[in-house]
Order: sequence, then C-alpha cells, then structure tokens
Amino acid sequence: MEHSALLVDWSRAQFALTALYHWLFVPLTLGLTFIVAIMETIYVKTGDEKWKTITKYWMGLLAINFAIGLATGIIMEFEFGTNWSNYSWIVGDIFGAPLAIEGLMAFFMESTFFAVMFFGWNKVSKKMHLTSTWLVAIGSNLSALWILLANGWMQHPVGMYFNPDTARNEMQDFSAIFFNPNGVSKFLHTISSGYVLASLFVIGISAWYLLKKRDLQFARRSMLVAASFGLITSLFMLTTGDEAAHQVALTQPMKLAAMEGLYRGEDRAGIVAIGLLDTTKEIGDEVEPFVFSFEIPGALSFLGYHNLNAFVPGLDDLVYGNKKHNIMSVKEKMVEGKKAITALGEYKQYKKAGDMPHAMAALKLFEANEKYMGYGYLKDPKDAVPSVALSFYSFHTMVGLGTWFILLFILVLYFTMTNEMHNKKWLLYASLFTLPFGYVAQEAGWITAEVGRQPWAIQDMLPVGMATSNVATTSVMITFWLFAILFTGLLIAEVKIMLKQIKIGPEGE
Amino acid sequence: MGITLHDLQIYWWLLVSIIGALFVFMTFVQGGQTLLYTLGKTEDERDLLVNSLGRKWELTFTSLVMFGGALFAAFPLFYAVSFGGAYYVWMAILFCFIIQAVAYEYRKKPDNLYGERFYEVLLYINGSVGIFLIGVALGTLFSGGNFVVNSMHLSHWTKESYGLEALLNPFNLAFGLMLVFLSRVQGALYFLNGVDEPTITQRIKAVVKRNFLIFLPIFLYVVATILFAKGYVYNPTTKVVSIESMKFLHLFLDLPLLLVVLLVGVLTLLYGIYIALFKESKKAIFFTGVGTVLTVVIVLLALGVDNSVYYPSLVDMQSSLTIENSSGSYYTLSVMSVVSLLVPIVLGYIVAVWRSMDKTKLTINEIKSDPHHY
Repeated sequence: MEHSALLVDWSRAQFALTALYHWLFVPLTLGLTFIVAIMETIYVKTGDEKWKTITKYWMGLLAINFAIGLATGIIMEFEFGTNWSNYSWIVGDIFGAPLAIEGLMAFFMESTFFAVMFFGWNKVSKKMHLTSTWLVAIGSNLSALWILLANGWMQHPVGMYFNPDTARNEMQDFSAIFFNPNGVSKFLHTISSGYVLASLFVIGISAWYLLKKRDLQFARRSMLVAASFGLITSLFMLTTGDEAAHQVALTQPMKLAAMEGLYRGEDRAGIVAIGLLDTTKEIGDEVEPFVFSFEIPGALSFLGYHNLNAFVPGLDDLVYGNKKHNIMSVKEKMVEGKKAITALGEYKQYKKAGDMPHAMAALKLFEANEKYMGYGYLKDPKDAVPSVALSFYSFHTMVGLGTWFILLFILVLYFTMTNEMHNKKWLLYASLFTLPFGYVAQEAGWITAEVGRQPWAIQDMLPVGMATSNVATTSVMITFWLFAILFTGLLIAEVKIMLKQIKIGPEGE
Repeated sequence: MGITLHDLQIYWWLLVSIIGALFVFMTFVQGGQTLLYTLGKTEDERDLLVNSLGRKWELTFTSLVMFGGALFAAFPLFYAVSFGGAYYVWMAILFCFIIQAVAYEYRKKPDNLYGERFYEVLLYINGSVGIFLIGVALGTLFSGGNFVVNSMHLSHWTKESYGLEALLNPFNLAFGLMLVFLSRVQGALYFLNGVDEPTITQRIKAVVKRNFLIFLPIFLYVVATILFAKGYVYNPTTKVVSIESMKFLHLFLDLPLLLVVLLVGVLTLLYGIYIALFKESKKAIFFTGVGTVLTVVIVLLALGVDNSVYYPSLVDMQSSLTIENSSGSYYTLSVMSVVSLLVPIVLGYIVAVWRSMDKTKLTINEIKSDPHHY
C-alpha cells in the first residue's frame, strides 16, 4: 500500500511540527526538575529559608513549562496511530511496549509527585516533600529513557524478527532492545542536553536579575547551582555525544555522511568545522561539495570509528557501492528488496490457497532476500539519501553551540565563585543571550537525528512512505494547520506568562 | 499446562478494560469542569473548585495516555485501524485534552494573553465535548466502524468523514451523553467529598439529582441496546465473523459471574447516589466510583470474551477485530505481563499519596494562603 508523496510529506510535516513544539518544553523539564531537587536538598540540609524561596521560584517556572509540555506531549503518542498506522501494525509489537512502560513507570510517578511537590508544602513532612521532588525528576527522566529507547530502536532495529504470517516484525529479545547501544547513547546524550538547557535557563534569567541589580543573592545562589550542574553535565553531554556519533557511524553510515557533507569516502576523513555547501552539488557528480570549508584532518575517522586512519564511506560510496570496501549499492539492495516483497505476497497467496509446497518455496526466497526488504519500496537509489543541507547545518549548529555552552559554564562558574559575576556585564549579557541558543541547539540536535535517518521510519526496514496512515491528504493538512495555530497560540501565552513571572521575581507578587 | 496466547490476550483485554474503567471513573475531573459556574457563584468559589480538581486532573490525563499505551502494546492492530481510520474523531478528542493541560496552570496567571474566562471555556470544552467524543468512540466498539483490513494487515477507512459518521448513530450518541452525565454526577460528588464550603455543598444535591435523572434513562437505553440488539461473534476454529441476535444477553447468561459483577457494580453506583441524596453522606463518590469501575470493566470485558468481536467492521465483516486477530505476539504480551506486575505498586503509591494529601478538605482560606495555586 504505497502512499502519495504529498500525503507522506504532510504526515511528516505534522509529526515534525508537533515533535519540534514538544521538544521546546521537554528538555527544560528534564533538567530543571533536577536543579530544583538540588536546591531543595540544600534547603532541607541547611534549613535556610532563602533556599526555600529559591526552590519555590524555579518550581513556579517549571510548572508553567510542564503544563505546555504535557499539552504538546499527549499528541505524540497517539499520532503513531492516527498518522502512522501502517507503522503501528508493522512494528507495533515492539514499539508499543516501551510506550506502555513509559506510561506505567514514569507518567504516573511524575503526575502523582508533581502534585505533592506543588501542593504538599504544608501537607506532608519536609522529607516526604523532598523525596517527591526527586521522584518528579526521576520520573520525567525515566519517561525520557523509554521514549528514547523506542527512538533508538527506530534508528537501529534489534531484537526482533519478521513474521511472514502476520506480515509484521515481532519482538524476540526485550533485553536487546533495552541495551541497544544506539538507544542507550541517545538517551544519555539527550538527557544531558536537557540538563545543559536547564542550566542555561537558570543562568540566563539570573543574569537578567544581576543586570537589573535586583534579587542579587537569589541570582548568585541560583547561578552557582546552575553553573556547577551545567559544567558537569555538559562534559557528560560531550562524552555521550561522541558515543552517539560513534553509534551512527556503525549503524547509520548514510546519516553520518550527510551530517558531514561527505560525498566521496576517504581514509583519515576530516571534520568540516565550518563550511558552506554548494547547493548545485548532486550525488555522483564531480562538483566540489563545499564553496569553502575549514577541515580538521582525521577527525571524522576518529569520531566515527575511534581510529584516525579509518575509512569513512561517503554518500557516493553508499549509493553506488564500493567494491574495495565491500559496500553494496542501493540499487542492488533494491533488487533484493523487491524480490523479498514479491515472494512474501506469493507466500501469502499460496498459503491461502492451501498450496503448501509452493508457499514454502516462496517463503525460502523471501527469507533469502529479507534483509533488504525495506529497500524494495524505494523508487530511486537517490531516495536513500537524506537532506544533506539540513543534516549538515543542524549537526554543525548543535556542535558549535554545545562547545560554546561548555565555555560559558566555565566562565560563569569561575566568576560566580570569585564573586565577580555581577561586575562582568559582558558575561551577564552573554549568559542572557545564550538562552535562546540553548533552544536552537536542542531543535538542531533533534533535526540531525530525525532528518538524518530519512527516508527510513525504521532504519533500512520501513521507509516513511510505507509507514503512513491511509487517510486523505486534506485531513492531515487540516490537522496540521490546527496544530500550528493552537500550539503557536499556546506558546505565545506561555512565553508571556513566563516573562511576567520573571519580572515579578522570587520575592513575590 | 502453560499459559497460552489466548490466556495472555484475555489478560491484556482485562487490563485494558480496567484502565479504561479507571479512566471513566477519573473523568469526575471533566464533569467537575463543566460545573464551575453551576456550583461556583463567586470568583473565590470557582477558584476553590478549580483548585480541588487541579490536584487530580493529571491523573485522569495520565490514565488516558496509559489507556492508549496499553492498547498500542497489546492490540496494535486496533491502534492502527481505529486511530488511523476514525481520524477526525480521535484528533478531536486529542485537541480537547491538549487544551485542558494548559488551562489549570495558566488560568489565574497574570499576563496570560487570553484572560481567565478563555481558560475556563477550555476546561468546559474538555469536560463536555472531550468526554462526549470519548463516549462516542467507545460506543463504536459495539456499533462498529467503516474499515477494511487487507491480507497484509494494513487497513484503511472507507468513509471520507473518517470517523465523524459515528455521530449519526443514536447508540453512539447515547453512549457519549451517558458518559457526560455520569462524569457530571461524579464531579459533583467529588466536590461534596473534597471541598469544605457550605455555600457550595448545599448546591450539590440538586446538581447530582438533575444530572442523575438525565443519566439514568440514557444508561438504560444503552444497556438495553447492548443486551438485546445484534452482536458480532467469531468462530474460534474457522475465525469467521458472523452476527448473532442478542449476543450480549447470551454472553451474560453463559457467564453468570460477569452478570453478577455487573449487577453489583450498578447497584453500588446507585447506592452512592442514594446516600448522597438521602443520607447526607459525603462518601458517596467512593461508592459511585467503585460502581462505575466495576460496571465499565464488565462492559468492556464482554467485548473480549466468549468469542466476541470488539470492533466490528460495517463494510467488511471479516475485517472485524477480535482480541485474537489484533494482539501483540506471545513474546511481547508475556514481557508486558511481567511489567504489569507494577500496576498494583503504582496504584498503591497513588492511593497512599492522596490519602495523606487529602486528610484535610480544601477551603477558600487554604487556597488564598498558598502562593502556588491555580
């Protein structure tokens, strides 16, 4: 059941829209829950009421963010059904489980203890309250665990087999899915990026107070917690980012090549630190990919394979094949894939007719070509290549900003500890203006991960064109615009409310 | 004797039914949202009502998410067929819940762009339209949908109205209205228990009575239709789906245990209403709650046992969904069954937490003295 390109594009656009909106709010929740838990722990340990004020203030901002995170989140789960119903059947046997576990393990924990955190100050003991705050942080990060394991599985499907009778993939090994290196590294990298964003958030807003010369003690203390937390977690983010890139190299070479704009594979491949892509460049032609570029030699080989001399395949190698490095061309994979699809159809027909000998022969043929079944749905070998421009620029934006964040945390932490921060106007402004870039980096990371794996919904197995629901394109267009209007309307309200709360400040109404 | 795939399918249908039933009970939040202006005549009173609900709304919301997650994991074909087919209905339901999630937090905040009333309207839409549409969608489990499932188990909807046609069926409409009025009764009873303001409590009785009197005939109509109208069954050997008259009446006569639980559920629900109206009891919500959960569990469970079809196709009867032809694999259902052992733990901490949080009833004074309130 092949869908029209227009339907697929609108379905993707809607998923991208809702995911990008949802992702504006989730990282802050992931990190700020921990930051307020740390702050409250200091309050409980020291008994200093000032720390309680600090904790409650940041909790207030957290609540505003949390609400819209929930609003934009509920749709994500159901969209797999509404817009990706073929996907829901073909891989639902594996993909549904982490989503259900997420609900059971994480969401109830979050929502129950969230209420205690906000309304329980005078209703439960100090210790019980602190425990609840920590449980909210753990709960929200647990939910990230399950959803990112699910996402990691889409990037690198493991632990399942294709059942020809049900025409779907069925789970075979839950622990393989749980320990999927792609999922684990994705989880760690994503949550640490959330911690970094939350630190930038606290630092940026505190910087504003210092610039306004108000709530000085509050701002300094908040900054100290956030800069320490930010520095530690940003180093963790760097390490996990390295591991995530390594996993991409091993399992999604096409994505890595697109992220780096690498067309022709090479030994000792370099990383383009800064570069401008030539927009006329096409797969397989002789045009130089970059108008200008500054390259760090050997870095990509090292990043991808932890070996300075390793061969990194380029897009041309991956599309047209490379005998020397034993890379099969997309065309060959498409031929095998089409054989598998035909054989599967025949198997079902023979079986229905009760012709078991023919059915078994078809099954054998299917199994021989099954590995590349997904490629059988592609029309043109070039369809196997994601958008190079989007992948390249978003990846480089993320890495560049991430590097700057680490530097910022070092500076802020140093000057906060030497008690000079309030005099460093340039650094206060830099802190304030970095905050929006924290969000840019988040979205860029998400785009790298999701655009980079196109055209696959499930890497090498299921292209997006096969995964979509069979509904009228106009229906998806209608809901797309409704989401765009509603979420934008809610976002504006959220930002206004947030700014007002910041203006009001920690000392109250 | 090992556990068979069929056992797991029954177990998971039971779990889905329980989560669905708990959700229906928890919609007292939505019912309460539609009563803000009926029960609250001053701003303080409405704030009190909103705050009383505001401590529980997330649990209801999470139950809905959980209901979806459990269906996805255990019966992925339903997820694909219904969500991807009755597209407009499910999307409309989701929009009704998206707007709820911000409404509590943003309603009272300064500079909230659209004003307090706007967010109250969002709560009202969620409580009325949202619940009504969920009822309509649940109704289609009995009345059917317009879908076809092909030999590769891929599906499509045959009507361009993508699910909205369900609104033309009186049974579905009744199912939706039934849930709306049930949730309003429960919402009022929830306030009776959780709110300590005499001016509000004295208004509750009349509200319970009025909404119950609307609920009752609709409920009887729905039950009678389920019992006496035709139902869909499949042959466990040939898997062929056919129509049987008075299918669910036969089912309850074949399985008297279900009938007993159903009757206990309905009677407990009625007892709750009785003590609220005639015994001045504030504990009524616990009885109507237990009654609702038992009743809904049995109604949903009936769709998954005794060779019932739980989602008939109106255009191609053999495409109809049963717990057998739509479930996850043996392995997945087993893994998920192990995970489901967490359910009592989760329920346990939820109950424990709320017992300690709800020790004292909410008053206007408490809200005014707490800087963080809705």
